[in-house]
Amino acid sequence: MSEFIIELKKVSRYFGSVIAIKDIDMKVKLGEVHCLLGDNGAGKSTLIKTLAGVHAPSDGEYLFEGKPVVFESPVEALDSGIATVYQDLALVPLMSVTRNFFMGREITKGRGIFKRFDIETANQIAQKGMAEMGINVRDPSQAIGTMSGGERQCLAIARAIHFGAKVLILDEPTAALGVKQSANVLKVVAKAKARGLAVILITHNVHHAYPIADRFTLLNRGQSLGSFMKSEVSREDVLEMMAGGQELDELTAELEEFSRLDATA
Amino acid sequence: MTDQTQSVDLSKMAEDKSREEKSAGDERVRKVPTWKRLLHRPEFGAISGALLVFVFFFITAGDSGMFASDGIINWTTVSAQLGLIAISACLLMIAGEFDLSIGSMIGFAGMMMTIPAVYWGWPIWGAILFAFAGAMLIGFLNGYIVVKTGLPSFIVSLAFLFMLRGLTIALSILFTNRTIVGGIDKYADGDWLAAVFGGVIGKSLFTWFANIGLISSYDDGTPVVEGIPMVIVWCVFLAVVASWVLLRTKYGNWIFATGGDDKAARNVGVPVDKVKISLFMFTAFTATVYAACQVFEFGSASADRGVLKEFEAIIAVVIGGALLTGGYGSVIGACFGALIFGVVQMGIFFTGIDSDWFRVFLGAMLLIAVLFNNYIRKKVTEARH
Ligand SMILES: Nc1ncnc2c1ncn2[C@@H]1O[C@H](COP(=O)(O)OP(=O)(O)O)[C@@H](O)[C@H]1O
Ligand SMILES: [Mg+2]
Repeated sequence: MSEFIIELKKVSRYFGSVIAIKDIDMKVKLGEVHCLLGDNGAGKSTLIKTLAGVHAPSDGEYLFEGKPVVFESPVEALDSGIATVYQDLALVPLMSVTRNFFMGREITKGRGIFKRFDIETANQIAQKGMAEMGINVRDPSQAIGTMSGGERQCLAIARAIHFGAKVLILDEPTAALGVKQSANVLKVVAKAKARGLAVILITHNVHHAYPIADRFTLLNRGQSLGSFMKSEVSREDVLEMMAGGQELDELTAELEEFSRLDATA
Repeated sequence: MTDQTQSVDLSKMAEDKSREEKSAGDERVRKVPTWKRLLHRPEFGAISGALLVFVFFFITAGDSGMFASDGIINWTTVSAQLGLIAISACLLMIAGEFDLSIGSMIGFAGMMMTIPAVYWGWPIWGAILFAFAGAMLIGFLNGYIVVKTGLPSFIVSLAFLFMLRGLTIALSILFTNRTIVGGIDKYADGDWLAAVFGGVIGKSLFTWFANIGLISSYDDGTPVVEGIPMVIVWCVFLAVVASWVLLRTKYGNWIFATGGDDKAARNVGVPVDKVKISLFMFTAFTATVYAACQVFEFGSASADRGVLKEFEAIIAVVIGGALLTGGYGSVIGACFGALIFGVVQMGIFFTGIDSDWFRVFLGAMLLIAVLFNNYIRKKVTEARH
């Protein structure tokens, strides 16, 4: 088996005349956080939807555990162990923590026509799974609409981990969150990594990405600017590549502040 | 906040957070009083509404015979008929769809069992099974069109409302030259399946009740209430089964998920289309049970049976606490909604109030229920930032 759980070779995806991503090469390793960086419209969401089985690649090769695969649907990818937490979360606000946790994978007890959703056990598992991610769920039967955005992200992640995901894909998990909640979500990401999962993290916030990432892939206008190990690039390099040489004025100011910060740290 | 302070805060916050967690324990758990938890149950409104309605008619119509044994059977039967279709409409609404063709289906299904039995000489049980199969096939078609086209079920089932009503009248005239087809009672006697819909149960129990004077009897000694009509038995049975399925099974979780957010549900592998189609078939099934109970009670089918019943069912479901937008609701609530409906309808009859007031009451009830549900939904999903 290959050293990488996911490998993309020159993968492209077109929508009619729109080239959303073009000739992307990417390698994802277990136990690593792989950050996908890029500005709005760079093709990040399209790329992970291709990984997650939502879109089939228009071109190129997708290897999973060393073998070429074509996922027909997100469910197929999920069954192989690729779990995605979408920007729009894939959770149902009106349903309880437990019902969301087990949605589509309900555990049952009893037989024949008495086969039923084992809510008691499910409650315990959901509560435990969340606790392992550092979230205390007071009442697993509470609607998740009452939880904060960060807690919901953590629920989605805890669910993926519980159901044996090998690859966890997170699409801008911190985009709508405050500082404290972002920190929580990033901590959960670190826990997932510590458990040996491969995490693909999308963000356009370098400050969220840099502390936690092991590897970066930079996208710009649908094309890859390459993948880098953290040891190969500094925060400034990453920022510069993301901006693609544009808006340099703002950038220079920002960079100066970083160097000041790094000097004092 | 500028970016560099943000990155500083981030690590500091993470520390704060872990400290907080170690000492967290239970101080974040606020005790919620039981009454407040009850208030947040979807069926709360309907149950308390039903209590109010009972108290009202107990005071205003207590001595009118409304609460005598035959009076009770009377409004229970009316409520149970509506309850039958409200149960299925409720599950469908929780799954995020409507079926406006329920009422027309009642008329159509009645004809589907009566014409073959009376005019074509089919055995009654065969005609009944034919009606169930036909209705559920139409329910399937209704659901299939909704899920495949992605059109609102409101429109698709509205089309079925008109087509089925038109077909009921046209076909009954074509085959029988009339719109009320009677005479099925002659054939129904002794048919095992007809008894499941037309009869009553507990005959001997009620005779005994009459003998010991618990309920009154006619001059010839037969009790005023012969037994419990099968429609009530069906309603209670389906309410228990549907509620159990909704709250306690995998499929029930899929119903909530489908109506709550069908994209999210699909992404985790919930067979959303199958859930919806099966629930359209279930509404057709309950409409047929309704039709069968009426056909064997009256001994006839009529092309105008079930007119406006789809709206009454939706009103009962909404009074029962379901959200029109899907994802939330209760079968028990819907049954209490139907009970309010039946009690008020018959109560107005017993008190002699002009029945126009019934409609005013219904409209007002619906409005109050929607406002109340909306408030509860906000409470339930109130996000803390
Ligand atoms: N389903 C689609 N149909 C047509 N164009 C699409 C579709 N999805 C994405 N695109 C286009 O592909 C490009 C990349 O989008 P996206 O992957 O969402 O970027 P990002 O997530 O990096 O902001 C955009 O120009 C977008 O308009
Ligand atoms: Mg995006």
